[in-house]
Amino acid sequence: MMFDDLSERLQSVFAGFSREKTLTEENMADALREIRRALLEADVSLRVAKAFLTRIKERAEGETVLKQVNASQQLVKIVHDEMILLLGKENVPLNFSGNPSLIVLFGLQGSGKTTSAGKLALHLRKKGKKPLLVAADVYRPAAIQQLITLGKQVGIPVHTIEGSNDVLAIARTGENFAKQNGHDVVIIDTAGRLQVDTAMMAELLLLERSLQPVEKLLVIDAMTGQEAVNVAEAFNTQLQMTGLIITKMDGDARGGAALSVAEVTGQPIKFIGTGETVDGLEPFYPERLATRILGMGDVVSLVEKAQEAIDQDEAKRLEERMRKQTFSLEDFVQVQKQFKRLGSMGDILGMLGIPGLGKDQRELLSFEGDKMMKRVEVMTQSMTLAERQNPDILTPSRQKRIAKGCGMSEKEIQDFLKQFNQMKMVMKQFSKLTGKGGPEPEKTGFSLHMPRSQKKNKEKNRANQLAKGLGLPANFDPSKMPTGFPKLPPGLGGKFPFQ
Amino acid sequence: MFGWFKKQSSPESSPLAGNLLNTSKQLLGSLFGATTPSGPGISETLSPLEIEELITELEENLIKADVGVNTAVEICDQLRQQKSKLLSKAALISALKQAFTDRLAPVKAQQSIAFNPQKLNIYLFVGVNGAGKTTTIGKLAHQFVENGHKVVIGAGDSFRAAAEDQLAVWAERAGASLVRQDGAEASGVIYDAIRRAVDTQANVVLLDTAGRLQNKFNLMEELRKIRAVIDKARPEESIFESLLVIDATTGQNALKQASVFQETVDLSGVILTKLDGSAKGGVILAVAHEYRLPIKWVGVGEKITDLQPFDSDAFLEALFASPAASQVH
Repeated sequence: MMFDDLSERLQSVFAGFSREKTLTEENMADALREIRRALLEADVSLRVAKAFLTRIKERAEGETVLKQVNASQQLVKIVHDEMILLLGKENVPLNFSGNPSLIVLFGLQGSGKTTSAGKLALHLRKKGKKPLLVAADVYRPAAIQQLITLGKQVGIPVHTIEGSNDVLAIARTGENFAKQNGHDVVIIDTAGRLQVDTAMMAELLLLERSLQPVEKLLVIDAMTGQEAVNVAEAFNTQLQMTGLIITKMDGDARGGAALSVAEVTGQPIKFIGTGETVDGLEPFYPERLATRILGMGDVVSLVEKAQEAIDQDEAKRLEERMRKQTFSLEDFVQVQKQFKRLGSMGDILGMLGIPGLGKDQRELLSFEGDKMMKRVEVMTQSMTLAERQNPDILTPSRQKRIAKGCGMSEKEIQDFLKQFNQMKMVMKQFSKLTGKGGPEPEKTGFSLHMPRSQKKNKEKNRANQLAKGLGLPANFDPSKMPTGFPKLPPGLGGKFPFQ
Repeated sequence: MFGWFKKQSSPESSPLAGNLLNTSKQLLGSLFGATTPSGPGISETLSPLEIEELITELEENLIKADVGVNTAVEICDQLRQQKSKLLSKAALISALKQAFTDRLAPVKAQQSIAFNPQKLNIYLFVGVNGAGKTTTIGKLAHQFVENGHKVVIGAGDSFRAAAEDQLAVWAERAGASLVRQDGAEASGVIYDAIRRAVDTQANVVLLDTAGRLQNKFNLMEELRKIRAVIDKARPEESIFESLLVIDATTGQNALKQASVFQETVDLSGVILTKLDGSAKGGVILAVAHEYRLPIKWVGVGEKITDLQPFDSDAFLEALFASPAASQVH
């Protein structure tokens, strides 16, 4: 996952520092050198890295030694605080003003503007807006077609002028179309361009002057190297942008671009792209990212993602059925579907920030987990609805047919059904254990259902629930996890159904 | 070998040098401006302190060009070791050029694209999202057709919205034939494209694939399958290259891309796109050095002809053809 390497490097710096009792000039010098190198290897801009280290040094020198904390903890705290500032302090939401609100996206070729436009439109609709997409990339072949296709996927209209290469006219008619059709937000996708291409920059400038959009967002690829700051600065100077979208954050880049651009432009990162599918866009929270980089996980984002991805009514219904012992294979398929919306196993494990669970283990778990889910999907697809609703009718001859249908052996089908029944047994025992009416979701964490009203102050609690929901033991103690590879950690290996 | 690429005999005036002018400026820094009246002259003897300052500046410039900390430090340590011999800016520039040459040397022999007009030449293009695979294929199709070859393009990106349409535009412009089955499995499209080329006696097949981040296991497994299908579909006599397309603005992640794509599809080389504008693409030095991957093509501009076969000698000549360096000759 993104930032893993940087995260590991920094944590090893802190670990090496753990014997030190106080921060001194000497021990700091070593640590700072290591941090500098880790940042530069992560593609943090040289200039930004230098400034960042100076600030850390100054703060460390000015800090009075606290008796309760050791030098390492103190250093982690300073780095954490400074990293939050580096990333822009806090989440800055989009501005909406004007009728409609105009948002223009721009950036280099291949940075992910068109995809981001589609994702942003979907995000805004979820927030209750009525967005219109405007396809104004008249240069790249089929770029307009790409946005139209994306628009269809998410059910959001796309405006363009077929065959026109007048970007301003396309945008203006788009604005009018929005006014006439009650769209309150217009997202304008523009062609990719180099920040040094004067003709192309002039086109964008004209668009900016004429439309005066309330949001001017630069789209930058998270894998960008040292050039990121030059790109960001140039676009900012010429267009006075209002924020950034960092794309492809679901890759394994070390993320230097994301760490550098807010600092050099003074503009906030507003969104990050976190997946290939249209829902892979999230608001950006500096603190959460800083916490994740320093290896502390990002449970808050995971919980929010769960709240958004999981259909609450459906979750409630499934939970009911789990308690009433009427849980069928059909229900199980639904649970899987909901789970999948959270992302890959690797993403989820990464956000849980389980100490000791290294990147390699996460990747293996993710791979195995996703594979398992795929197998189950294929098997259940070969069954009839009646069979899924009542697995008891699955006679050997039916099993044989299913095996043929999904290209697996009969033994595999048998094992799968056996495991499914075991899981039902576990559910049964679980219900008994927790009392009469079945488990209270809040207590057991058996539930996917998370009421929004209890959002505040319960994140930690929720994380536990979620961990349990993922098959981690209730009193999960990360420190007891085996580090051996490829052995699965307890809980995940055994409890994840249908291994 | 390729008619359209004539080796540049005078790099100072070549378009490549023009495109790399800013790159040289940023990379060489004070060394570039060696002839300005304020600084010491190009051949003037410098004090050890002055040399050390220049090397330190160079180290930073290398990092800024995405060469990577490790490589930058290695190169500059090499320069420091030869310090007693490096007495002028000119000497420093040529030592730096030598360091670059050394790093590209192991792959220089393989930098030419495998091509035989008598046979079927199959090129597979892989890479992360937005690297420029489709555009590269479009430009190459154009160049191949222009040189009298019969080209089939396989639209293997069935994931990105309208990727096939984008290729269709390119194929039509170039006069190449396109095999597409929207929404179909990529390996099937690729199989069909190769068979179509065999059946129609085409001699070039360009195979597009969906962009994928190398940490996505399932997508990489799909690519592995594509690679296996190619081996099955291609005639024994055919030429095959498996090419990683890397955006020159990419930082150190390019190394991971090289490593994982290498393992998955057994790469034969790299295409570096968008290498224009400013100092970037330095990571390619480490890619070539550490993964023994030759650079086969570079894109130095938006025009179709700006995608050129890579010639490390010509490239280094252009990169170090600063006013300062040219004075030495």
